[in-house]
Amino acid sequence: MRGAAFGALLSHWSRHPLQLLTLVAGLALATGLWSAVQAINGEARASYARASAQLGLTGMDMLIPKNGNISVARYVELRRAGWKLAPVLEGRWLLRNGSVKLIGIDPLNHPALPAISPTGSPQLDALRSPGRIFLHPSTESQLDGHPDLPPVILTETLPTGIVLSDISLAESILGLHGQITRLIILPDQPMGLKPLADLAPELLRRAAIDTQTGRLTDSFHLNLTAFGLLSFAVGLFIVQGTVGLGIEQRRNLFRTLRAMGVSLRLLTGLLLGELMFIALVAGCLGLILGYLVAGALLPDVSATLNGLYGETVEGGITLRLSWILSGLGMAIFGTLIASAQAFANFYRMPLLLAPGVQARSLDARSSQQVMAIVGCGLIVTGSLAILLIDGLVGGFALLAGVMLGSALLLPLLLSAILAAGARTARSALSEWIWADMRAQLPGISLAMMALLLALATNIGVGTMTSSFRLTFVGWMNQRLSAEIYATVKDEQQTGEFTGWLADRDITTLPIRWAEIPYDGSPIRIYGVVDHDTYRENWPILQAQPAAWDRVFDGGGAMINEQLARRQNLWPGNILTLSQDWQIPVTGVYSDYGNPHGQVMISLPALLQQVSHVPNRQFGLRLPPKDAADLMKEIRQSFDSASISLIDQADIKARSLAVFDRTFVVTGALNLLTLGVAGFAILTSLLTLWTMRLPQLAPIWALGVSRRQLAWLEVLRSLALASLTAVLALPLGLVLAWVLLSVINVEAFGWKLPMYVFPMDWLRLLGLALIAATAAAAVPAIKLARIKPADLLKVFAHER
Amino acid sequence: MLLSIQNLSKCYPGLPPSRAVLRNISLDLEAGKSIALTGESGSGKSTLLHLIAALDHYDTGDIKIDGTSLTGLTDRTRAEIRRTKVALVFQQYNLVPSLTVGKNLLLHARLGGRVDLDWNTTLTHRLGLADLTDRYPEQLSGGQQQRVAIGRALAVRPKLLLADEPTGNLDETASAEVLKLMLELVRKSGTSLFLVTHSAQIAAQLDRQVHLSEGVLQ
Repeated sequence: MRGAAFGALLSHWSRHPLQLLTLVAGLALATGLWSAVQAINGEARASYARASAQLGLTGMDMLIPKNGNISVARYVELRRAGWKLAPVLEGRWLLRNGSVKLIGIDPLNHPALPAISPTGSPQLDALRSPGRIFLHPSTESQLDGHPDLPPVILTETLPTGIVLSDISLAESILGLHGQITRLIILPDQPMGLKPLADLAPELLRRAAIDTQTGRLTDSFHLNLTAFGLLSFAVGLFIVQGTVGLGIEQRRNLFRTLRAMGVSLRLLTGLLLGELMFIALVAGCLGLILGYLVAGALLPDVSATLNGLYGETVEGGITLRLSWILSGLGMAIFGTLIASAQAFANFYRMPLLLAPGVQARSLDARSSQQVMAIVGCGLIVTGSLAILLIDGLVGGFALLAGVMLGSALLLPLLLSAILAAGARTARSALSEWIWADMRAQLPGISLAMMALLLALATNIGVGTMTSSFRLTFVGWMNQRLSAEIYATVKDEQQTGEFTGWLADRDITTLPIRWAEIPYDGSPIRIYGVVDHDTYRENWPILQAQPAAWDRVFDGGGAMINEQLARRQNLWPGNILTLSQDWQIPVTGVYSDYGNPHGQVMISLPALLQQVSHVPNRQFGLRLPPKDAADLMKEIRQSFDSASISLIDQADIKARSLAVFDRTFVVTGALNLLTLGVAGFAILTSLLTLWTMRLPQLAPIWALGVSRRQLAWLEVLRSLALASLTAVLALPLGLVLAWVLLSVINVEAFGWKLPMYVFPMDWLRLLGLALIAATAAAAVPAIKLARIKPADLLKVFAHER
Repeated sequence: MLLSIQNLSKCYPGLPPSRAVLRNISLDLEAGKSIALTGESGSGKSTLLHLIAALDHYDTGDIKIDGTSLTGLTDRTRAEIRRTKVALVFQQYNLVPSLTVGKNLLLHARLGGRVDLDWNTTLTHRLGLADLTDRYPEQLSGGQQQRVAIGRALAVRPKLLLADEPTGNLDETASAEVLKLMLELVRKSGTSLFLVTHSAQIAAQLDRQVHLSEGVLQ
């Protein structure tokens, strides 16, 4: 019996292959985009974990100072107290071609290092005079031309951009003698030790992964996940529409099967089985799609992470069982969610009589009202969430509430607009067009909801990206004020170079900085000399009067927005860098694209606190028209390999290229979401196609040609898409505001001004109209070419 | 007695008992016999038929089919009765549009686990459907579709065939032809027939006629 009933249910799809294709494609797209994001996130996290494992840090807690570094004396005290600890010294090693992260370890105490062992050299080799540095082959080029390098050992297992050495070698390279950045708490500690909190109250115990960068990258991955969920939701609109239609079309079949003795329970079970089977097939296709999309997007994600946080994601996408299972789980879960309403309708479906057209129309109206009430509830809940819940969770709750709530309000809004439009109709045909559009609304409203979400996301994310770009360009123009940036090979050359420049009356601004740990993550402290370049160009957000004067006098510090927001430090507050190094904050400046905190103090004040601050980088101020000639002259006068020069335009172009690449992923996901929404419209129109004939045939019989009817179909689709696009605009702007003022602040630590880009809206409207036209084209062409006999069948069936 | 109805009443929710759709209906039908139920539109004919088919629930009274009372039965048991003991022919045919004629003919028998291919072949030929088994319902005329519906119902060899205005959608010629075939096959298979119609002419061709007026059997 089950086989016969199941066969009858499945036979529906063999007669409606397009509908089946729609269902599978919708679900596969939804699962695919979600799985792609999960694969990227999983790969990035695995990459971080690999990097941590290569450094022998997996699963080990560590001690970090609340401020400054840990002294060797404190380390010795803790060892004497019986604690098994391994010291680590970390810092940026300034090279000619940028900088790398140098990690100095004590090979005698440090946990086994997988990063070293595959090279064939025992861990202790790092101790052999004059020491060794270990690095990934791709990092080697950055060391090109660096003088007095110790022997280099290449290892594929170290993360890119990291150099590993013995701690004493790191001390001399970084100029941080007698200092330790953190202490790794080794496993198997002896029993009965005095608690660390008592022995060293100035140190904090942190889990290995709980670093500032870890938290920052988490927020990036949360953003990606939110995008994946949105795409998943848009895809589910297709599933919901198709499943609902599949149940609606089989109303008579259910009734017949029930009349032939198939119980409601069995029929429900069979329907569920059918859907689960389709979900599994579509889920598998979605996984393949997700794998391909993730593979294509991973390099850009890696570039984004590198640009934003300095983290690198290596390798390609690997298949993980957990990823496959979660993808299939989401496909099944999504199908159940998307088909819940259709199942509820199926359960309530009267066995004996199908409700009449009037009843269905009343049903649709009442369902629109219920959806609108739920929508309002979601918007209110989301708005309350941002007031009651702090951080990213509150921001995302607001986004989810507003987006979903607005989507649920859409059918009622469209219906009201169409009703108002109907009152303006003058001719019989236009009256019919308005009434027909309103009658079709229940069938197509899901697709329009998907379009609303996709358009609003595009407007919101586009506004955020463009606002960011505009701000970034303005900020860069202010911040990169020196006409030429120069780096000399060593400090011996510094005097010769600056003297040469002084002879030519060129202003030289030293770029000198030291990196120190602060609240568990590194911050960079710049020492600056008194010059109007800072007063006139620096992008200040908040400042006390004469803020720069106080900085140059050694009595104040400028800090970047990230540090200000993270530590809640604003002008007038005191920045405590160590117990004996406290500076009043005199101003806060914007510093986009930097994951870490930054401080600017006077150069003498910096040199007073930090013994060795490299002096090899300079900004040169001169009339812009003379820059090219000066660069030529420098190259002629000095060994070109010993001085690296970059002009302002070049550095701006490079920064902008990094910026643009950062948002490639966002752009790609944006476009994919819009594509899915376009597909939703197409599938809705195609699946409604068969049900359209009984409505169109009488109009045809009354003298409207098939060609006219076909054009009206396209017009209807365009009108609905245009209305939806207009309604998506305010929603998109709300989304942009939340992204710029709430999510960005939480995720990246900076707030951006919001700009509007009407031309982008017009372009998006154009895209939406193209999608709507393309979607309506197939049914319209079918209608224009339909045989009169097929239209006549409608009347034959009505006997 | 194959069908026994005792003091049956049915009232739709929200309506007073005075406006009950069926009131105190009592009726018997012997095995192998046929009965025609006539009445005006809205008199309760279809409601009574649906109650007998265990598709709907009554308020008071009892219906017994082949000795089994429908009172208090679970949905599962009611479904089993519909699979094995009764079969329905609808005015709208209710064929499965996505199955071929051949598969439609076998559907009820397969659901009831009573497939008899010889009997099915006999039915197919006798109903004039032998050349149409690969077609889909939408490719058939109304008369042909109703013949498939009758074949599908009889293929399960039900003890009771319930027909709700089976020729209501057909023209006079097709109607006469379909009715003739149905009566012939019913007699041949020993099935009892409970037929709802508003045509006195059709009713006259059955063993017995009863008339329903405003929910009361005359």
